[in-house]
Amino acid sequence: MADALVRADVLAGRRAETAGVSVVPGAPASRLSLRAPQAGIAALSKALGLALPKKPKGTAQDGTRAALWLGPDEWLVLDAEGVDLAGLCASVRTAHSAVDVSHRNVAILVSGPAAETVLAAGCPQDLAPAVFPVGAASRTVLGKVEIVLWRTGADAFRVEVWRSFSDYAFTLLAEAARDA
Amino acid sequence: MLLIRCPYCEEDRPELEFRHAGEAHIARPERIAAISDEAFERYFFLRANPKGLIYERWRHLHGCARFFNAVRDTVSDRFVMTYKAGEPKPETLPEETGR
Ligand SMILES: [Zn+2]
Repeated sequence: MADALVRADVLAGRRAETAGVSVVPGAPASRLSLRAPQAGIAALSKALGLALPKKPKGTAQDGTRAALWLGPDEWLVLDAEGVDLAGLCASVRTAHSAVDVSHRNVAILVSGPAAETVLAAGCPQDLAPAVFPVGAASRTVLGKVEIVLWRTGADAFRVEVWRSFSDYAFTLLAEAARDA
Repeated sequence: MLLIRCPYCEEDRPELEFRHAGEAHIARPERIAAISDEAFERYFFLRANPKGLIYERWRHLHGCARFFNAVRDTVSDRFVMTYKAGEPKPETLPEETGR
């Protein structure tokens, strides 16, 4: 009998590295699916310690925490330190929905001079820096699955993908890396 | 691939992020149980299906996830304009419409 439940790391050991790009799984993080009307933005920003972005494709970052605009009333909040983000919102009295989705997603980090080309193999959005600059984020698609894409650097992207789709997403990116 | 302008994301986005959601501006009867079968048929089943401009609901499913409305030409598949859900049917359309 097992002594403890162990959460399997779904992309453990996966890695694609070429001269132009590296595709690796991201470290575990806490994640929050946040929905709130305009009236709740100020209080939730205060509770989370960063200003929730109000513009399309906008992001806000403070230390290890980030908030990504997904829609006019929807954000994906990430924290690399594993902070209980839903707990931080618990004291906010205006109506909102804060759901911990830490283990729903996994992250895939794509970096290197060919990163944009590799993403473009499966993502139909215009990823040119003029349209998708550093700091931009968007829900979109990669091949046949939905992802949230965040440009964290000129040559670096974070792909947030549902755990059960992560094998597909990683394989597609690794194949694209071979061709890039 | 078509590019569709999402009025919430405020930019043209690839067709693959969107889903069609039927004709727009179909008002649900206030007291639906009280209407005749014929009136229900008109409300529920019958659609304009024009050759030319049509007003449709679309959803930016794999983007901001919002529903919005679009004016599309069923002959050319061209999107004439898009506007937010809840906004009235536009009385005038952008200039280049008559192509
Ligand atoms: Zn949108």
